[in-house]
Amino acid sequence: MSSDSSQATLPRAVVAGHGDFAAGLVSAVEQITGRGAQLMPIAVTGMRLEDIESMLRDRMMAAGVRVIFTDLQAGSCTMAARRLLRGIDGAVLIAGVNLPTLLDFVFSEGSDPVQAAQHAAERGRGAIAVHANGPAGGVKPGAPGA
Amino acid sequence: MTLLLNRIDDRLIHGQVVVGWGQPMDIRFIVLVNDDVAASDWEQELYRMGVPPEMTVYFHDVAGAIAKLPEYRADPRPGILLTGDIETMRQLVERAGVTEVNVGGIHSRQGREPRLRYVFLTPDEEGALRAIASAGANVTAQDVPGAKPVPLAEMLSGNHT
Repeated sequence: MSSDSSQATLPRAVVAGHGDFAAGLVSAVEQITGRGAQLMPIAVTGMRLEDIESMLRDRMMAAGVRVIFTDLQAGSCTMAARRLLRGIDGAVLIAGVNLPTLLDFVFSEGSDPVQAAQHAAERGRGAIAVHANGPAGGVKPGAPGA
Repeated sequence: MTLLLNRIDDRLIHGQVVVGWGQPMDIRFIVLVNDDVAASDWEQELYRMGVPPEMTVYFHDVAGAIAKLPEYRADPRPGILLTGDIETMRQLVERAGVTEVNVGGIHSRQGREPRLRYVFLTPDEEGALRAIASAGANVTAQDVPGAKPVPLAEMLSGNHT
């Protein structure tokens, strides 16, 4: 459920990706922080690169945002966004977004969104941890308990 | 021959190609055949940034690709031949002996009719696919490795939409 303050918030960034990736991440941000309205999720399914670029441009222009998060460096959203950003001064694309990145971003509401996105990307990069089981660094296939 | 996949995909290099096919096939190089991309350093850099460091992308126009294909076929590394449109692949079939064609993604735009969830064709494009088959190539549609390949006749019947 969105909070009242969330409903009044203007979007600060677009989140775009395959399938329901963007909606899922934004839903998680909303659930954890109540600040999901800062993010505009866009699902890209079955579209040509030119159409993805056009859709992203329209949504970003309409909302006045200069930050775009995408799911995959090689993905079509990223390819389209890189073309799009050629014509937008001071905009930023963060490819390979994860939940910690977005959480950091939405908590920087008072700061410049482009700088906030760059800071959030660093936070997200460092937020991946491997918790291995056992002294050898993992449960070996075939080992007891594997 | 180590070109493992000859694919038509209007998005060229993207997730399905690099990850969906590239990872399970351990693809080490992509031969991207597109006249516009071959003429633009910026476009080439865009696509190079989309692949992991262990994967090399070679860019060619149609004539260049035809000249270099024997070399790529002799390359021991697993590779993908990629075009963004049917007509380019038709030339590679007719002039460079490509015998297997994968239709991976041709998306909706004005004038195209749906054939599969990921294949939309104009009448001319449909004719070009038939010409590829007439030239002796086996044409199937398949977006990702885990999907069932759809033979050309079945694809053109539109029964999957």
